[in-house]
This record gives sequence, structure tokens and C-alpha cells, in this order.
Amino acid sequence: MGYEFDFSSVLTDQYIDWLISGVRITLLLTAGAWIIAFVIAVVLAVLRATNFRPAVWLVAVFVEVHQNIPLLVQVLFWYFAMPELLPEAWRDWLVRNNSEFILAMIAIAMCTAAYMSEALRSGLRAVPVTQYEAGRSFGFNYLQTMSYIVVPQALRLSVPPMVNHSLLLFKNTSIAMAIGVHELTYQTRQIDSDTFRTFEVFLVATGLYLVLSFIIMFVGNLIERRFSMGTR
Amino acid sequence: MLEIVQNNWTLLLVGQYPAGPLGGIVATLLLAIAGLALAFPFAILLAVARLSPYRWVNWPATAVVNIVRGMPFLMVIFWSYFALPILIGRPLSGFWTLVGALVLYESAYLAEIIRAGIQALPRGQEEAARSLGFGYFRTLTFVILPQALYNSLPALIGQFVSLIKETSLGYVISVNEFTYAASQLNSQLLVRPVEVFSILAITYFIVCFALTQSARWVEQRIARTRQGKSSGMQIQTNPLATEPMP
Amino acid sequence: MIRFDKVNKWYGPQLKVLNEVTAEVKKGEVVVVCGPSGSGKTTLIRTINRLEPIDSGSITVNGTDAHSSKNNVNTLRRDIGFVFQQFNLFPHMSVLNNITLAPRKLRGMSRAAAEEKARELLDRVGLADKAEAYPAQLSGGQSQRVAIARSLAMDPPIILFDEPTSALDPEMVGEVLAVMKGLATTGITMMCVTHEMGFARDVADRVWFLDKGNLLEDAKPDEFFSNPTHPRAQRFLADLRH
Repeated sequence: MGYEFDFSSVLTDQYIDWLISGVRITLLLTAGAWIIAFVIAVVLAVLRATNFRPAVWLVAVFVEVHQNIPLLVQVLFWYFAMPELLPEAWRDWLVRNNSEFILAMIAIAMCTAAYMSEALRSGLRAVPVTQYEAGRSFGFNYLQTMSYIVVPQALRLSVPPMVNHSLLLFKNTSIAMAIGVHELTYQTRQIDSDTFRTFEVFLVATGLYLVLSFIIMFVGNLIERRFSMGTR
Repeated sequence: MLEIVQNNWTLLLVGQYPAGPLGGIVATLLLAIAGLALAFPFAILLAVARLSPYRWVNWPATAVVNIVRGMPFLMVIFWSYFALPILIGRPLSGFWTLVGALVLYESAYLAEIIRAGIQALPRGQEEAARSLGFGYFRTLTFVILPQALYNSLPALIGQFVSLIKETSLGYVISVNEFTYAASQLNSQLLVRPVEVFSILAITYFIVCFALTQSARWVEQRIARTRQGKSSGMQIQTNPLATEPMP
Repeated sequence: MIRFDKVNKWYGPQLKVLNEVTAEVKKGEVVVVCGPSGSGKTTLIRTINRLEPIDSGSITVNGTDAHSSKNNVNTLRRDIGFVFQQFNLFPHMSVLNNITLAPRKLRGMSRAAAEEKARELLDRVGLADKAEAYPAQLSGGQSQRVAIARSLAMDPPIILFDEPTSALDPEMVGEVLAVMKGLATTGITMMCVTHEMGFARDVADRVWFLDKGNLLEDAKPDEFFSNPTHPRAQRFLADLRH
């Protein structure tokens, strides 16, 4: 092939700075969205477990809506449409405070929360009913049985899907570039259009994504092993 | 909102077709179908390779799957955009660029589904076929894969929904599909983003939700036929908050 | 200690699983409940600690009405050990934590005291070396012995066994029965649903025979085995010998 690789024109001080700030925004977006998503997911899973009809129904609607619409469309909706529906003062506040980042974070968090709450729910359903019975037969009441016996097992059972959704969340932050968040994919394209060294810069960016993904997979593996209930 | 749909339904449905390129929701569905159909053979190869006892077969397959699993789909799209025309030596339309990205990305995810389906089969199936004198590949094609693929049908339909959702990212490289059509409409109308993006979201929801529901229906059917064949496979689930026991 | 008085229970309108069961287990007695499958044995034993509700009649355990909504079911259950067919150990906890969970959380025992007691109990069931193991690492027989130790940790005056050896491989039945035999000599009140007729002959004070929800026999083991009065019981014993 006649192509000559030239990484030196991509890895100048300026572009390295761009890449670092891209990684920083990607990680911030991941961490912020993860925390919001986890909290919402727990609330949704608990609401669903109450068996209170309207709550169950509301959670089901939330989950289905967020799982059956492309994340990009959700992000675009939050960015273009949602501010129109907000009071003027909120809109001003958003514009003054980096609205792209905040809205992308909310959109990604809401979508991930839907998936995570399903992971938690299937964890709860996978705990055999006999475990609950055994707990009750000792004289533990409902709450004690849930908190000592059922929920700890459910959380362990939902670790693998939770890790998977965390990885997807990290990868999905790249979608935020569509509304101009300066994360890693966005910065990569900036450097590309500055230097025209397309292959080099995309190789570097892909490498960065892979390293971060592998770290998430590796940590996820450790957590899975730590909580595997001694089956291995 | 209805009025926007009335005035622009051809754009949302088929784009500029037949005067210009095909677009809209029809293009979205065609993209997803083409992506799934072309990714499928690669996925089966990858799945079988990952289960191979030979290191030099399973190791590269595992590497491919993990690398793809570690990459954002957008990155795969950009690679397809830059590298695919060079690889095949001629320019590619946006449609086929996106199909290329879908095939690469989804081969890995579909492979994992198929692999799980193969691993979920009882070992006795393979042993029985091998004892009858079938070789490795015949065992695979006559005994293992038909069962594994049938059992993973719900997951495969679910993955088709993922494909439909992923095609929306073609928007970023201006592929004529549904999200792109809606964003064009949005910049034409300028002041009605709530309505335009609601139409977009609702349409995707209807298509994807219908498919998700059919996946659940298929799953129940498969579970029922399996229950008929053999008992003792049922998993007792926890009714949890049904009500505290007496 | 445990008194059944005209206990009736239906599963739906058609199926009556317990029919006017009236009987008593005295303090320190060992009662073995036997009968063909579907006779209501398991249901009967599960009504004692109210895992199954009853439709009429009463069950008195240690002087308290077990099915009265006035009596706290959790307090009742603390004093009734229950051993399941499928062990139901908690897979996310070590053996030691399985045993100490209830005494610590329900009796407020300190961790140190609870662990000391747990180790004594493990020693008694012959598993002193398994304290740190997880349930998934145990064989069936070991799991069931841990489950017995777990029930004993609350010092219950009564212990109930629901087919404790039915889920075990044959070579592991003996180790569990040995533990149960040892337990029978301690003066604890024991009730045991089992198909192990050897155990019934050697250890039981009384044998109950249940068929289609009716308690047909309540006799000393030698009477029951040599000379069962009811034809249904005769047939059951004959089938077992084949």
C-alpha cells in the first residue's frame, strides 16, 4: 500500500491536549451519567417490586419508551425539543451552563437507567422463592428476609448485566458529539479536519477507547469474581 | 403535529424517492435488514470459531469480538466511512457505508448470542450425533446449529431492534435514513422541534416496540414447546412482593 | 408440644389435602410421618410453622395458637427449627454466616458468641473444617448437615424435617441420618417426614401414616411395622418391601 503513516503530525502538543480534554469529557460524561442512571434504576426497580399497579405501570412505560427509541433520537430530543418545554429561566440557566453536556448526560442516564432497572429486576426474579421461604422460616420478617437474604443475592446476580450496561454507557457517550459535546469522538474529528491525517488520528482514538473499554471489562470481571457466591 | 405528518409523509417514509435517493423509515428498515442478513454468516463463523478447541482458531475470533465490543459504534461507522472505499477500491454510497459498519459491529454481538445458544444445548446432543458417526461439521449443521439458532430466535429479534436503533447514527455521516430525514425537516420548519422530534421518537417506538413484543411472544412459544418436551427445566421464580407469606 | 385439632386444608375447591387431622406430639418425642406421595405429609409439616395456611381447625405449638393472627408468626418461627428437602442454604454467605445470621439478627447475639456456637454445632455435625466454605463447594450431604446446624443455632425446642434425605445421593443419606439420630437423643422434640423406614424403626417414638389427607395410623413403630391396622398402610408397607 502506498500510504505512509505519519503519527508525528497528529501527536503534537496541541492535538494531544485536545485528545486529553476529549478523554476527560468522555469520562466525566460516563461517570455523571452512571451515577444518575444507577440511582434512577434502583428507584425504578423498587417501585416495580411494590406491586402497586400505577407504579408498576409507570415504570414499565418508562422502560419501554427508553428501550425502543434510538439513544441518538433521545439525545436530539433532549437537546432540540426539551428546552422548548422548560420554563424560560431554566432554559437560560442551561444555556449559561454548558447545556450540551448536561442534556447529553441526562439523556444517556435516563436511557441507561431503563436497562439497568431491568437488570436489577431480573436479578430479583432469579432468586428462588425457597430462599425467601427459608428466611421466613427462621422468623425473619418480610423486610429482614429481603435485606439479608433476597436482595444481596439479587444484586450479585445482576452484576454481569450491570457491568455490560456500564460498558455500553461508556461507549454511548460518543453519541453526545452529535449535539456538539467536546468528547473524544468530537475532538478526533476536529483533529482530522485540521490535519487530514485521518487514519492516524482515528487509530489513536480507537486505541484510547479500547484501552478504557478493556479497563471497564477487567474491573467488571474482578467484581463478578468477587461476588460469584463461591460457585467457582 | 398531524399537519406536519400530512405535509411531509413522503419525506419521512421514503425520502426523496423516486426523484432522489431512498430515505426515511423505509431506508432505515432496509439498512437494518441488509445489516442483519449480511452479518449473520460472519456471526455464525465467529461463534463456531470462538468455541473451537484450537487456540489458533478461537484466539483470533475472541480478539475480534472483544475489540468490536470495546469500540463505540460511531467509531466503527467512521472506520467504515474512511477505510471501506480504500479496501474495495471504489467510492461507496452512504447506505452501503452504514451497512458495512453494521455488519462489522453486529457480527460480534450476534456471534455472542449464537455462542450462548450453542453452549446452552445439553452436551448429550453433540455426543449423540458424534456417536452416530457424524463428523464435526455435519454435527454442527444438522444437529447443533438448527437447535441453537431456533432457541436464540428471541434474542436475534431483539438484536434486530438494536440494529434499527443503530441505523439512526447514519445521521452523523449524512446517510439518508429516518433520523436524517427528520433533522432535515426540522431545519426546514425551524420553529417546531418539539413536534418534529416527537414524530421521530413515536415512529421509532411503534416499530421497535412491535418487534420487541413479537420477540417476547416467540420466546413464550419456544418456552412452551420446550416445556412440553421435557420437564424439570422450569426455573422457579420469586413472586417477591406478591404479599408477605402468612 | 404440637397439637393438631381437626385441621382441614384445601388446595382450591376440589382438592382436600388435610382432612380433620387430629393428633399430638409430646415434648421430647420423635415422630416420623410417612405415606405415599401426594398424601399431604409435606403440607402437614409446613402448617406447623405457618409456611402453609390452614382453612379450619387449630394447631397449638408450645401452648400458642400457631395460626391465630394475634400471635406474631416470626416469634413463633424462631422457636421452630425447619430443615428443607433442598437445604436452602444461602448461597451468598459462607457456612459460618449461614449459621450465625439468625442468632445475630434475631436474638441480638454478638458475632463472637454466635460464631463460637456455630463452630460447636459444625463440630457436632462433623463439619468443623467447612466453616469458611461456601454452599456451592459442599456436597449434598454436607449441605444438609449445615442446614441442620443452622436450624439448631436458634436453640429451638422443636425441629421439623421435610424429607431431609430425598434430594441426596444414596451414599450421602447415612451421614445425615446419623446426625438426626444423634439429635433424637438430646430430648429435642422432632417431627420428620421421611421415606427412611429404618430410621423410623430405630429412632421414632411414634409413626404417623397419612393417606389422601387422612391420618390413618398413629402408632409405636413396632406396632406400625409388624401389625398395621389400616389396609392402606399394609399396602404401603408391602410396596416398600418390594
